[in-house]
Amino acid sequence: MTAMLSIDGLWKSFAGFVATRDVTFELLAGETHAVIGPNGAGKTTFFNLITGHLRPDKGSVSFEGRDLVGLPPQKIVRLGIARSFQRINIYPRLTVFENVQVALIAHEGQQWNLFRPGRSLHRQGTQELLELVGLASEAEETAGELSYGKQKQLELAIALASQPRLLLLDEPTAGMSPQETGETIASVRDIVKARGLTLLFTEHDMSVVFGIAERISVLHHGEIIASGTPDAVRNDPEVKRVYLGEHAHG
Amino acid sequence: MPQRRDLIASAIVVLLLALLPLAGSRYAIDLTTEVMIYALFALSLNVLIGFTGNISFGHAAYFAIGGYACAILLTTYGWPLALALPAAVVLAGLVAAVVGYFCVRLTQIYFAMLTLAFAMLVWGVAFKWKEVTGGDDGFTGIKMPEIIAHHVGYFYFTLVVVAAGIAALWVICHSAFGLTLVAIRENSVRAGFIGVDTRHMRWAAFTVAGTFGGLAGALFGMYHRGMYIENAFWTESANVLIMVLLGGIYSFIGPIIGAAVLHLLQTFTNQYTPYWPTVLGLILLVIVMVLPDGLIGLVRRVRARGGRP
Repeated sequence: MTAMLSIDGLWKSFAGFVATRDVTFELLAGETHAVIGPNGAGKTTFFNLITGHLRPDKGSVSFEGRDLVGLPPQKIVRLGIARSFQRINIYPRLTVFENVQVALIAHEGQQWNLFRPGRSLHRQGTQELLELVGLASEAEETAGELSYGKQKQLELAIALASQPRLLLLDEPTAGMSPQETGETIASVRDIVKARGLTLLFTEHDMSVVFGIAERISVLHHGEIIASGTPDAVRNDPEVKRVYLGEHAHG
Repeated sequence: MPQRRDLIASAIVVLLLALLPLAGSRYAIDLTTEVMIYALFALSLNVLIGFTGNISFGHAAYFAIGGYACAILLTTYGWPLALALPAAVVLAGLVAAVVGYFCVRLTQIYFAMLTLAFAMLVWGVAFKWKEVTGGDDGFTGIKMPEIIAHHVGYFYFTLVVVAAGIAALWVICHSAFGLTLVAIRENSVRAGFIGVDTRHMRWAAFTVAGTFGGLAGALFGMYHRGMYIENAFWTESANVLIMVLLGGIYSFIGPIIGAAVLHLLQTFTNQYTPYWPTVLGLILLVIVMVLPDGLIGLVRRVRARGGRP
């Protein structure tokens, strides 16, 4: 397999605090890859650097051979990288349906059409995506009034509407009940398989991580301290010491 | 497409307005003409506020540019109305595009302050460029085409132009473009991550708002047979902002209701007391404290409580 995303010597600091320290990383096309690490390890910053929300101080990020550094989020998503957010990031006063519809309008480049009624566009595509994430019966509800778990599902539908080849999910199950977590992970796995997506995700729940990831990278103080198959990472002495050990005790 | 119910309701309103000169006094006709002009002005501002989530404190600038440009082209240069009016509207739109180019680089209060700064600049030009604008004497004695010189003719002219303007704004606000603007209002960061260039979209919204604001201004100048520097002053920007807030920013027709209510209140208040600014202050207080989503929001809440759909 070839590298879909290559990151080389990436640095980012905020007012002296180093959030990303010399990260070098390769994501293979078609793999499901988890980034784990304690709170504050720099996982979200890492995602923000890839998707153009933050600009790295140093280093390179390239996607399918194309340099991403300096590109704004709206250009990067058009290259085929979509993401969801750890903290809910939807359009609260729009309906669930419109939340997804707007993403399809943007994906098709129709946001400059001043004449075609927005509500008539992509009705079928929107419906299909809502069915895929299990929100079809909530289509006409106001998005901000959905339960937390359902808003997370909506995040996923919005990200999928951009027809990505690489999907980045930042803690897709954070704040969910164990049952919701199980359902969400099962549906993510099905979608990724059905659409042939490459998936990069962060996650707190170790059973989720070891359940679906094919490879795992461990971030600690902004540095990748281990990267490899679940078994290799589980048995890595450094990882055991800084991270998994904490869980073993707890 | 618009709901059939909305189309029928709009047609009835236009028809009733068209019948007004048969029954109404000169006073009623003039007052209605003013309300229609303000309704278009307020709607144009709401493209920015309600649909894009960007609050402009300087919308009077485009109103004034449209008004002065139309007046000057008609009078000083003797252009026919069919050229002067479109040219004035295009000029207001062009200036909005230039100003907007800088304003949309900022957000929130910094955006608002920059719109105010540019509007004060426009006021300054109207004030100082005496040989063209008439300075603080105003630009008076606008030459009006025969057909709309009479107040009834002007009423019908305003009705047609405002109805067309509102229809155009309706189409724009409900288009794919308009829905994307609402997404930017709701969450501009997220809009970026679905592939929307939010700055360009906000720039376009700014230009649309300025263009239609200019159209309202041109109608206003001709109606009064003159333009005055007060029309470009920041208080005029505040006035239209209050109209929008009073009606309700989250609905298309809210600003129309707000413009009508505020203008009629002002007119009637002025007949009894010179303390309009005090009344205006009280209205603003009520909006901020109890009507955050305006009169339309109030109607919606009352309906929801009554259990009606």
